[in-house]
Amino acid sequence: MNININIDPGTIILALFYLVAAPLFGGLLTGLDRIITARMQGRYGPPLFQPFYDVLKLYEKESIVVRRSQNIYILFFLIFTIFTGGLFFTGGDLLLVIFSLTLAGIFLVLAGFKASSPYGHIGAERELIQILAYEPMVLLTAAGMYMVTKSFFVKDILNFNVPVIYYLPGIFIGFVYILTIKLRKSPYDLSTSHHGHQEIVKGITTEFSGPALGMIEIAHWYEVAFIMGFIYLFFAPDPLIAVSLALLVYFLEIVIDNAFARAKWQVALASSWLFTLVFGFSNIVYLFIWK
Amino acid sequence: MSLIVFLLLFPLGIAFLQLFIRTEKARNVTVLSSCALLAVASLTLLFRKLNIDIHFYQVENTLIDQGIFAVEVLLSLFLIYISAKHKKYWVTLLVVLQSALMIWFELAHGHSIHTANNFFVDRLSIIMSLIIGIIGSLVVVYALGYMKDFQVHNTGKIADKRPFFFFILFAFMSAMYGVVFSNNLLWLYFFWEVTTVCSFLLIGYKNDQESINNAFLALFMNLIGGLCFAAGIVYLYLTSGVIELDKMLALTQGAVVIPVILLAVAGLTKSAQLPFSKWLLGAMVAPTPVSALLHSSTMVKAGVYLLLKLAPLMTGTNTGLLVALIGGFTFLITSFIAISQSDAKKVLAYSTIANLGLIVLCAGIGTYEALWAGILLIIFHAIAKGLLFICVGTVEHKISSRSIEAMDELVMRMPKLSSMMFVGMAGMFLAPFGMLISKWAVLKAILDADPILSVLVIFGSSASLFFWVKWMGKLITVVQDREDIEQGISKTEWFPLYALSGLTIAACLFFPAASRYLIEPYSMHIYGMASTMNSGNLTIMMMMLGLVILFPFVLPGAKYDKHVKLVDAYLGGANLEGSASFRGSLGGRKQVVFANYYLEKYFVETKTYRIGFVICTALLFAMFLGMI
Repeated sequence: MNININIDPGTIILALFYLVAAPLFGGLLTGLDRIITARMQGRYGPPLFQPFYDVLKLYEKESIVVRRSQNIYILFFLIFTIFTGGLFFTGGDLLLVIFSLTLAGIFLVLAGFKASSPYGHIGAERELIQILAYEPMVLLTAAGMYMVTKSFFVKDILNFNVPVIYYLPGIFIGFVYILTIKLRKSPYDLSTSHHGHQEIVKGITTEFSGPALGMIEIAHWYEVAFIMGFIYLFFAPDPLIAVSLALLVYFLEIVIDNAFARAKWQVALASSWLFTLVFGFSNIVYLFIWK
Repeated sequence: MSLIVFLLLFPLGIAFLQLFIRTEKARNVTVLSSCALLAVASLTLLFRKLNIDIHFYQVENTLIDQGIFAVEVLLSLFLIYISAKHKKYWVTLLVVLQSALMIWFELAHGHSIHTANNFFVDRLSIIMSLIIGIIGSLVVVYALGYMKDFQVHNTGKIADKRPFFFFILFAFMSAMYGVVFSNNLLWLYFFWEVTTVCSFLLIGYKNDQESINNAFLALFMNLIGGLCFAAGIVYLYLTSGVIELDKMLALTQGAVVIPVILLAVAGLTKSAQLPFSKWLLGAMVAPTPVSALLHSSTMVKAGVYLLLKLAPLMTGTNTGLLVALIGGFTFLITSFIAISQSDAKKVLAYSTIANLGLIVLCAGIGTYEALWAGILLIIFHAIAKGLLFICVGTVEHKISSRSIEAMDELVMRMPKLSSMMFVGMAGMFLAPFGMLISKWAVLKAILDADPILSVLVIFGSSASLFFWVKWMGKLITVVQDREDIEQGISKTEWFPLYALSGLTIAACLFFPAASRYLIEPYSMHIYGMASTMNSGNLTIMMMMLGLVILFPFVLPGAKYDKHVKLVDAYLGGANLEGSASFRGSLGGRKQVVFANYYLEKYFVETKTYRIGFVICTALLFAMFLGMI
């Protein structure tokens, strides 16, 4: 068995570019998010680079833990989140991308369990329910893209002659719906809350502070970049249109975030599955029958 | 040839030897050495036959035929006696029907049946024999230590019938080898029925009312399958004069619609698919090594083995679609139910049924891609599930509970064992371990054949992720320091634990080789085409595996990190005694207790099961209608 490791220089350059550019992009988008959110609430808001200042400050803080190993789980959460995006942006297999994303998510959940604090524990259980809620739709999205393009590879989907959304409108709706969970936006910011004075304190991140919390933030930037890439994929191949539409979707998520109060996990789970079945699965059926 | 005969007869001989062994030492020596021999013999078979597509063996058979027939009659008489004694008349009825059919067949047609080849070896039977010979043997070795503890725990309550117990275990292995090497369908049927009887006897080992009932339930359901099997053979012979597996597989799909349906039903019962799942759940009452054996390397694997053999005859047929639907729904429904279960053995049982469902789904689809995925699933599942069962068995003896909720702080109480459980669970569902590689393949196969079925797999696998992760979380949650209670586990228990943990990881490293040298050539031989994972994806999987394997090496480093400050968990500022308790709102001391979410309100076991039962019974009925 000889495994040919054919990684061409282009891929390596792309991967390196991603390593640097993705968190910059994700961080900037988060900063922009905070400004827009503030304006919607009639505030002025922080400077654009505030997320970067926050993280830099976190790295100057002491590392405080409940269980010694808890931060190792966070480290692996970060590693696999970066890996996920790397695989995606270098044109890899979408299913493997999703599996890797899930693996990253599981490390975060396990970190929550490991911290062994009641609030962290609730956060971890809720995070797990969130994964249960969005995972089917994410997999179904990959399934739909495969049915249209006959390939799981991001590079093939990207170069498909028409935007896949043309065939996947239902899947797109379902996907945007579960994005609210993945972007940790209200009404589905169930496992962590933005504000520490709420009922679950800071949920899964309660016991994480300093550099560990910094890692969680950075992972989130990578995640945001990855998600934007995923939305882009629906509208490829025209970059200009695709980028503007992806940004528009993000703006929509900000509006939703500001317009809704947090829902119960039951609602998150039931409604996500409902959207998955009604919009996602029906789209699959449509493709199977008519295409 | 001699190797096949050895694999069949040697365990049988050892089985009878066990009946006469009364001392522990002699039992240990004989069991250990014969298990080692079986593993070596299975490996030898692998290296000898690796390059041969299929090898047939003509065995001089009139005498053997008569011998088999005699044993069959004796077994039937035994079953009739015991079922009548326990007033299980439905079982009696099934046995009578089945024996009447076979005796009639033997008398009316026995003399005119001529078989060219009674045994065969191909790459699938090599894979199966490795699973039986290595994983099965490890479980049997584990049973040595376990059963000793078991009898000590139950002195005076459960009679010490260990000689009989090991007799059955070895007879079971012999019968399993028979199943995977038989080309003569009558012989295959015989070995099939022997596995049914063996599992019946093992499930009833404790001899209390619950065990007896569950044993009869298992017997009843498997006899339904057995009856279908017998009817299938008879029908096949009467319509096409064929009584050999290879000749049956060479017939056209249209010529074997009815036999395929009947044999498929037999496969479904044995692999505990809905609506026949209750027997495997009931089998939990038996001592844990029995569960480990039934779930990983024997019994249920015979069911999916037969279905995978039939796969080419089901490709694209209505039977295939119905089988695939039954597998898919079983996967979905039992994964949902597993979310609501806190009994560790029950979670494992439901997960077994679910994973078998996936394999059945692959068999039903019957394309070369699905076959590739199905065989991989058999391999990975056998290893990881064997490991998990013996882990749970060991934990149960130590903490006197098999509830997942009682496994708090296990990582401190039993550090080695909980790491092994972690490995086993990761092997069951986590990227980049085995089962996930297979799931990747299953999804691809489904989307190429029947995309509609993907929804069952997608929801089911999300559910399985949920129940595994919360169990993992339970093991690593630590509220306060606990004492290490890992002493006193015998070497015959540690060895299989280590071996299977190692195999779970090794299987991920070596699956490309298994695919290339066994599964792909097997698929080429049958379909003329083979599926594989492309080298780019393989590289990525290996990179992920490398990263994940780093984890346990990085983890201990945290112990010595001088830059962290340890604090108590946040309990609203009302901590007492560190993180372990707090001051309640009325001033009293409250213990910190963690409990997992089981979502029982939404995934009610009985209700969910009933839904699955109805759906799959309807599908099964549709299959029978297909015969008309």
